[in-house]
Amino acid sequence: MCGIAGLIYKDKSVNIGTQLQGMLQALKHRGEDSTGYALYGDTDGKNFIMRFKVGENVGEGSSSVSEETSVYDERIKIVKAHILGMGAKIIKEERILPYSLRYEVSYDEKDLREFSRKIESVPGVEILSMGKSLEVIKDLGNAKDVCDRYNLDKIVGTHAIGHARMATESGVDIKSAHPFWGYPFSDVSVVHNGQLTNYWNNRRLLENEGMRFMSECDSELIAVYLAKKLRDGATLEEGMKASLTGLDGVFTYFVATKDSLGMAKDTMAAKPLVLYESDNLIAMGSEEIAIRAILPQEIDTYDPYDGEVKVWQI
Amino acid sequence: MANIKTTDNKSKSQSMGMHSEVLTGRTQQKFFNPSEAESFYYFGTYDVDFNKRIDLDVKEMTAADANKEIDNLMSQGYGTIVIKNPQGKHSLGVGILNKLNLIFEGSLGYFGMGSCDGPTVRINGRVGWSCAENLMAGKVVIEKNAGSCFGAAIRGGDLICKGSVGARTGIDMKGGTIIVGGDAGAFTGFMMQRGRIIILGDVGINLGDSMYDGTIFIGGKIGSFGSDAIPADLTDTDQEWLKRKLKVAEIGEKFDVSKMTKIVAGKKLWNYDNLEPHEKKGAI
Repeated sequence: MCGIAGLIYKDKSVNIGTQLQGMLQALKHRGEDSTGYALYGDTDGKNFIMRFKVGENVGEGSSSVSEETSVYDERIKIVKAHILGMGAKIIKEERILPYSLRYEVSYDEKDLREFSRKIESVPGVEILSMGKSLEVIKDLGNAKDVCDRYNLDKIVGTHAIGHARMATESGVDIKSAHPFWGYPFSDVSVVHNGQLTNYWNNRRLLENEGMRFMSECDSELIAVYLAKKLRDGATLEEGMKASLTGLDGVFTYFVATKDSLGMAKDTMAAKPLVLYESDNLIAMGSEEIAIRAILPQEIDTYDPYDGEVKVWQI
Repeated sequence: MANIKTTDNKSKSQSMGMHSEVLTGRTQQKFFNPSEAESFYYFGTYDVDFNKRIDLDVKEMTAADANKEIDNLMSQGYGTIVIKNPQGKHSLGVGILNKLNLIFEGSLGYFGMGSCDGPTVRINGRVGWSCAENLMAGKVVIEKNAGSCFGAAIRGGDLICKGSVGARTGIDMKGGTIIVGGDAGAFTGFMMQRGRIIILGDVGINLGDSMYDGTIFIGGKIGSFGSDAIPADLTDTDQEWLKRKLKVAEIGEKFDVSKMTKIVAGKKLWNYDNLEPHEKKGAI
């Protein structure tokens, strides 16, 4: 059991960090092994924001190992050298935690694939997100723990998705936490509640076609699957509709891009989702209490049906 | 073994497909000595006065505390309780084994009104998954929408949703009636064993999948039939019952019930109708 939540304001920016934290904290009983945020903040759109980690926060069942800060320091030096070597420029750098960093990078190339490959060629380094608006923040603990640790209450933007995880398919660590970045597409992120039963078949197929997996978490497949569809020229909505038959198992997932938010529900409607929709706000979550965290007044909500895909644009 | 006989003289309920056997054996036996009746105590029941009314604001309460307070108020004789600010909390109103007029001014989360036996409930909002699961008797009315597994495993009573409901409505139900004014999702009536479901709107795929018994009436379009579910003739008796039930439910009073589709179980399970309830449980 995991909990997911998402919201999008069509006509204004709000403190989405705080709002999503409230929604996810309301779902903490669904899992607090780790919590992740994909926040679409207001930026000038000139530079890429790269959230990455140079080590793991190792929890129960993780296949990773804990390392010394000095190891992280060495990795950061190499990452910086790679960034400069590819003609990119670091505009601003922040080291939030010893293993977690946020860089603003000026980079003119549109294809982030080679850029990401180079950075992630450094052992232990993983780019959590890269985009002109998107920032993926994920770590162990419940929503409030992570929000406080990363100062997310200061982020203002239009939309966000998040995930409260109860680890079932893989260990407790950051690499298995949601959201997953839709590598190599900037500003694409995915969160998922459910279980995919054709994970390995799909993974082998996608890896043979050059797609990248960073964890053993079945949910990562959705991000990679959609990225592959986008690479092949499909629209986001087309990719999501294809996933209803391409992915096997039970799932409700959200996907977000720079200017949109979408949801998909499997054909058996086995995983919960409650949705609130008004002219200027869409809020949804695994349980109504997530929506109540930002809309305490009496509202009309509903459960989307089996096999339903919806996408909202700003 | 029980002395089970069948008869050609069908009652109204039998002609509607509710059950086909007449039990004259073990179910007719006296299990309790009437002289011991005074010793029986039904836990959680009180003498209440429906004219004695009170408001209960549960905004700052946990579901467990709210439920305890409902019980406490019943013990004081309150027969009408109005719950303010339920705000989507889970498991509110569960385990009420009493006649009670209960009104929720707002929405409930998951498992609301579960395992109840007797209350009359009106929810002026929506409900999440598994509303009124295992309802034994009473009436629960939801003014807005409901989530999936609406009325899961109910054994009796009337469960009414004036809006639309999610998937697997009436899953595993063993009695009672579920009435939905709007649409219903996939797997409506999944594995139902007794009782009746009325959906005035459309239903999703796999309607009545793996149903053992019971009857489903659909007013709108059907996504697809599940295995074991087949259409049946809508009789005059059916229409008469539907009209009465919809009137009591206060929805679709003017609905043209003659155009509804009736669905029953098409597969006769081995000896299913000849089993006693506890034996059925084992077989299932």
